[in-house]
Amino acid sequence: MVILTSVLTTGALTLTACGSRDDSGDKSGDGGSGTTLTIGVDAPLSGENSTTGLGIQYGAQIAVDDANKNNWVPGVKFKLKALDDKAQPATGQSNATSLTGDKTVVGAVGPLNSGVAQTMQQVFASANMVQISPANTNPELTQGKNWQTDKKRPYKTYFRTATTDELQGSFAAGYAYNGLKKKKAFIVDDKQTYGAGLAKIFGEQYKKFGGTVVGTDHVNTGDKDFGSLVTKIKNSGADLLYYGGQYDESALITKQLKDAGVKIPLFGGDGMFASTYIEAAGKAAEGDLATAIGVPADTLPAAKQFIQTYKDKGYKGDYGAYGAYAYDATTAIIKAVKAAADANGGKVPTDINDLRSKVVDGVQKSDFEGLTGKISFDQYGDTTNKQLTVYQVEKGAWKDVETGTADLK
Amino acid sequence: MNTLPQQLANGLLLGSMYGLIAIGYTMVYGIVQLINFAHGEIFMTGAFGALTVYFYILPDGTSMAFAVPLMLLGGAIVAILIAVGAERFAYRPLRGAPRLAPLITAIGLSLALQEVVRNFYPGADRARAFPGLDATHDIGSVTIKDADIFLILAAILCMAALAFFVRRSRTGRAMQATAQDPDTAQLMGIDTNRIIVIAFAIGGFFAAVAAVAYGLKYGNVDYRMGFLMGLKAFTAAVLGGIGNIYGAMLGGVVLGIAETLASAYIDEIPGMQQLGGQSWANVWAFCLLILVLLFRPQGLLGERVADRA
Repeated sequence: MVILTSVLTTGALTLTACGSRDDSGDKSGDGGSGTTLTIGVDAPLSGENSTTGLGIQYGAQIAVDDANKNNWVPGVKFKLKALDDKAQPATGQSNATSLTGDKTVVGAVGPLNSGVAQTMQQVFASANMVQISPANTNPELTQGKNWQTDKKRPYKTYFRTATTDELQGSFAAGYAYNGLKKKKAFIVDDKQTYGAGLAKIFGEQYKKFGGTVVGTDHVNTGDKDFGSLVTKIKNSGADLLYYGGQYDESALITKQLKDAGVKIPLFGGDGMFASTYIEAAGKAAEGDLATAIGVPADTLPAAKQFIQTYKDKGYKGDYGAYGAYAYDATTAIIKAVKAAADANGGKVPTDINDLRSKVVDGVQKSDFEGLTGKISFDQYGDTTNKQLTVYQVEKGAWKDVETGTADLK
Repeated sequence: MNTLPQQLANGLLLGSMYGLIAIGYTMVYGIVQLINFAHGEIFMTGAFGALTVYFYILPDGTSMAFAVPLMLLGGAIVAILIAVGAERFAYRPLRGAPRLAPLITAIGLSLALQEVVRNFYPGADRARAFPGLDATHDIGSVTIKDADIFLILAAILCMAALAFFVRRSRTGRAMQATAQDPDTAQLMGIDTNRIIVIAFAIGGFFAAVAAVAYGLKYGNVDYRMGFLMGLKAFTAAVLGGIGNIYGAMLGGVVLGIAETLASAYIDEIPGMQQLGGQSWANVWAFCLLILVLLFRPQGLLGERVADRA
């Protein structure tokens, strides 16, 4: 049975690849039933983190448009249902409930924040509906609470096209110590699932590389005045500030730090990698660094068309951080729908619960060339693409300085 | 290096900003016993008023020495108009109503102001850059920026002017009378409506000064900035003794310094590492408030009002 399914799926995937070339225009395929299926998106679309959140929404939108235009799944039109989680876990959970309750939704893309994902996973799992995050990096989401000692996948419906903070933190620590030659780091985080996890991993790895952590502190999201923190950092003699969290606070911190005459770079994770960081911090951002998942989107030949479309449509938000990952996540769901249809004699299963569970299986078996590279998932639901990039602010824009895979110590 | 002088300066600066906003809470409360929870948002609109002057009215490259007074003027006009408008249309119709009614209106108004700015001000859905005064000066071991000097001077000047106004001018004395007993004041020929409008206007003006100082110091403003600052300023007003204008300033400074020192030093006390640092600053600030209220319920400079319920 397993063999049969895999043969069928592989066949289906091959067909999909061909299909996109052969079919042109609006020809409705041989399915003929004219089904409309919905793909849910959950991300912060307003307020904090909305720049990167909108990048996810529009990345998914372009994937859906491409699927419809190229008739990827004959007889099926896809549409997007984007919900705003405002970066709040409780809102994310109620969005997840609303998506699973909608009987046309086959799968969901999102969210942006790991802390939000934690509250959504259970909801999707109980509906047996696939969720692919283009941005979550906290290791616990796929590998369980005790991921450092005993990896165990908590939810089989959760996947991500972003790599984990274990790798991101280590990559940053290695670059800070070996690339930047910074030996004394001060570490600050925002106590959120993502920020605190990342800062902890950075600290552990940085020490293993031989660096010294000269101080640590935590901030609240929404804080504005970091005068006291800045004085502490100045006094600690640190030559690097590592920040685990989002751009809202880190932009203010770097500005207040540089204003106080402390000319050390701030280094952060992908939560900071947004144009808003530079806009908000102004000149103070110059020389600051951030790691981000994957390779720079504009260096990927496959992503050229995507970036062009994004710009032509005049979408708000930032495709640079997760737009292409959201595109690939959406595509993985669409391809899984196609596989389910092919296995069912070319017709999409009419029972939504049946379809959802087949899509979960299909996503697990994903194996295709996406915009960001090869899309496939390991036994935990993590992407097999472990590329990371360090970016630095140069003349008011993020410039990539080093791409590679993390070296775990 | 001894960081205490720098930390005290940090606290004093933060506290001056709280104090300037707290004046608005305290004056309105002193006269109509209303806690204007929309005051934090009046502060926020003041910042956007100043931003408008800088980015949309003044030509590019205007020197800051010329721009700052005009930004102050723009911010003040917006904040005063909104404060006075709020009084006229949101609070005055409810003046005889139970106390809860204007409080709810105030919360509604604050949400409305946030949403209006977020939806209608270009680019205001996230932080907007504000021109800074970033040149720094070293005074001993203390580093301060031009924006900090602006803030301190503005706070001192505002307080001195307010003290003079309240003590010496006719209107100021009428304000004191109204605060003491509005009904009797009215019988003595004081136009209490006018006095209330003036209290709102002064509160709005101070909030605008604080808002410009905030923008110059932190370099960006956003539609949510009024919430936390307003809450802290309200705390400062209660700490100093709500209704007392000197209390508001003192409460602000005490709160600012307490917060800063708590976040700087508490984690150095053995056994307290887990309870210190920046993220605990608010907790300690509110602990201080509770302590003061336990032992001195009227606040630091407040007077015991036994005859009022």
